[in-house]
Amino acid sequence: MAKLNLRINGQSREVDVEEDTPLLWVLRDHLGLVGTKYSCGIAQCGACTVHRNGEAIFSCITPVSSLIEDEITTIEGLSEEGDHPVQKAWAEVDVAQCGYCQTGQIMNAAAFLNKNSAPSMDEIDDAMNRNICRCGTYHKIREAVAMAAKLT
Amino acid sequence: MATRNKASRRDFLKIAGTTAGGLFIGFNWMSCDSPKVEVLSTEAILAQAQRFNGYLSIAPTGDIVIYSPNPELGQNIKTSFPMLVAEELDADWKKVRVLQANLDTQVFDRQLTGGSGAMPHSWERLRKAGATARFVLVASAAKLWNVPAEEITVENGIISHKASRKSGHFGEFVTEAATMTAPEEVKLKDPKDFKIIGTAVKNVDNAEIFTGKPLFGLDFYREGMLHAMIQRPPFGMKIKSVDDAAAKKIAGVQDIMIYENSVAIVGTSTWPLMKAKRALKVTYEPDGTVESTEDHNRIFKDMIANQKGEVRREDGDVTQAFKNAAKVVVAEYQCPFLSHSPMEPMNFFAHVTGDKAELIGPTQTPERARQTAAGILGIPPENITVEITRLGGGFGRRLAADFVAEAVQLSRMTNAPVKVIWSREDDLNGGLYRPAVRYRFEAALDESGNMIGYKLKGAGINSGNSTRQDNFPSGAVANLKIESVEHKSPITTNAWRAPITNFLAYAEQSFLDEVALEAGKDPVQFRLELLDKAKNSPTGKIEYDVDRMIGVIKTAAEKSNWGKDPAVKQGFSVYFSHRSYVAQVADIVQEGGTPVLKKITAVTDCGIVVNPTGANHQVRGGIVDGMGHAMYGNLTFKDGLPTQKNFDTYKLIRMKEVPEVDVHYVDSGFDPTGLGEPALPPTGGAIANAIFAATGRRLRSQPFNEQEEFSDIKLAIRRA
Repeated sequence: MAKLNLRINGQSREVDVEEDTPLLWVLRDHLGLVGTKYSCGIAQCGACTVHRNGEAIFSCITPVSSLIEDEITTIEGLSEEGDHPVQKAWAEVDVAQCGYCQTGQIMNAAAFLNKNSAPSMDEIDDAMNRNICRCGTYHKIREAVAMAAKLT
Repeated sequence: MATRNKASRRDFLKIAGTTAGGLFIGFNWMSCDSPKVEVLSTEAILAQAQRFNGYLSIAPTGDIVIYSPNPELGQNIKTSFPMLVAEELDADWKKVRVLQANLDTQVFDRQLTGGSGAMPHSWERLRKAGATARFVLVASAAKLWNVPAEEITVENGIISHKASRKSGHFGEFVTEAATMTAPEEVKLKDPKDFKIIGTAVKNVDNAEIFTGKPLFGLDFYREGMLHAMIQRPPFGMKIKSVDDAAAKKIAGVQDIMIYENSVAIVGTSTWPLMKAKRALKVTYEPDGTVESTEDHNRIFKDMIANQKGEVRREDGDVTQAFKNAAKVVVAEYQCPFLSHSPMEPMNFFAHVTGDKAELIGPTQTPERARQTAAGILGIPPENITVEITRLGGGFGRRLAADFVAEAVQLSRMTNAPVKVIWSREDDLNGGLYRPAVRYRFEAALDESGNMIGYKLKGAGINSGNSTRQDNFPSGAVANLKIESVEHKSPITTNAWRAPITNFLAYAEQSFLDEVALEAGKDPVQFRLELLDKAKNSPTGKIEYDVDRMIGVIKTAAEKSNWGKDPAVKQGFSVYFSHRSYVAQVADIVQEGGTPVLKKITAVTDCGIVVNPTGANHQVRGGIVDGMGHAMYGNLTFKDGLPTQKNFDTYKLIRMKEVPEVDVHYVDSGFDPTGLGEPALPPTGGAIANAIFAATGRRLRSQPFNEQEEFSDIKLAIRRA
């Protein structure tokens, strides 16, 4: 076990975990930040997407010990009131069915729009292709990313 | 999540009398002081609210809480059910909060999610719950104002009497209403007067979903709870030896237990259990038959060719019809096992204490969860509570209670609260799949291309009856025989979204396309001719409404410009399932030598559309699901274990593989039917038929992507 200091959602958090523990499980099991979801555990579905220094990463395969210097943002820290443009667009478009993958989708979309504030529909498709939605809300996700780009 | 529902149960009044319809007669409430708070928490509303019936509480502030009894897995029931109550109540939707009800068989009937059945089951009873509450509120106002009830109007949560210029919100009348008895019967609205039903009310959980609040079973946490993961055996195998020395050494692992045919690892967090599971060395030996996909392919051929089927339906004289035929068309279709693979893997929480148990988690069948626990523990079901979390998808997998049983057993063994967690690998390998099925179709055509004979033999692995003998084209063919044969396998199966029809519809609609073309007829015209027979000279029992099926076919032909543009190669498909009718047309266009799947037009008759956003979600989602699995879904077996372990090899459809989906409805005016399933079955057929139209290749097996005939067709998918 190792005591590690992490920067999560603008706060300093100390955790006592094995160094190989993926960030996902530190967030969920040790810090109670369960908005970041487990689904595949092998970086295939994107449900676990968080930001490392603003970049979308798969927290399920990222050992927590590799993040000591980094600023981590989870869905809980994306906005104070749930009013990040991507969250607002997601609500306006009414994207969710079961909703399980949506926090990962939102985190991926937010990081993408940070880099590309006026994306084409093809660029949206490319960016969002790394997240799986088993309910098949892809049409709505696409629409919401385009709307968020306008709100940003 | 957990605390809120429990608080509501404890803090509210008892229900003095209810019926399955949710009528509540006589109140028993708490104090009724009315603080002037602008935005109250749901807990605060509930603390002072009066419960009108199983579905509805209203606080003196005018705030309304509506309970949604059925598990929410993405079908939007938690939004559309309360809409029905609020409609007849004439409530202000902005004042409505929705709570997921716990399992309560005293108050609710059919508290489950499956078969697209919730809406038809509850359409009337939920509206009655709202209407009877409205009735007593109006009666209360009439009494307090001393005016005739018939002169009172209700709009948007405000009760008014125009002549006396009196008005007030619902909350002002709940105290008086509590002294009244709700009527058993009350007049419901004419659909033309609906104000909430038919509008795009947004998902009531949006804010919580999009901010990552703990809604799902896997998010549930209880102080002192143990986490557990389980190593389950391959199908047809039993444990030979277990070496847990290395696994036990992993920090965070508390105990490893062998029980029944499984090895359970418990600890205080998830990651050590995942590591320990990998370090665990378990060997297995056969315990009966151990099957691989090659075995299944052989078994299928034997079943079709040699085994006598159980006759499900026989009309006319099939032998004579085939003797008289000018042309006979024969084709066989096959589909693989599929995993449900909801995004949230299986999990459940159980806390067994003495002769009581608390169950919390994602289940489509809370009552089955309770009965399962009662059976294991040997305690009365009424000693067990079940709290339903939001489900991160289900697709039928969560109709079963195997994961509930595991949590109950482990809680009893460890004498602690336990949450069982399945990894994705466990989820794909742990069983209860869509059964693999093979069909043989035969059609006899006369000189004019009329179908005078039809035979279907379904062969399935743990599929039960793999046919739907009273569905189309039954009733439209004078000589018809439908039979099924089943192979019993150690590989477990279960209902998978649109059970049986998720594949049968594709096979049948592709075969009918083959027959239509052999008959020299347009595929749409061919179906309409059959339906004309079913309408005017039907044979035997018909499960579907002929006119409604004709309605979606004609509308789909119109909306898709069927056959109008020679550059667009189209495939048609139509299916009736779960009381709804859906016709689909897939469009493929050649672009620079590449066939591009651009669009699927869908026309649905599900009666009244309760919530257009929710309905569009189910239609589009069903089509995406049907397309994804038709194109890519494949679970193969080697020595009793699936070859695919995770989403790197078990491919699910992604953003870039989805065409435009153009959604339309037929306004038939019927009472609403469910939509969780009916849009899925027709999709595979529409796509396969369009691929044939565009390339001349007939795809008779799924997934399309792995078929030999498809290997040199580089089908692109792009939105128009």
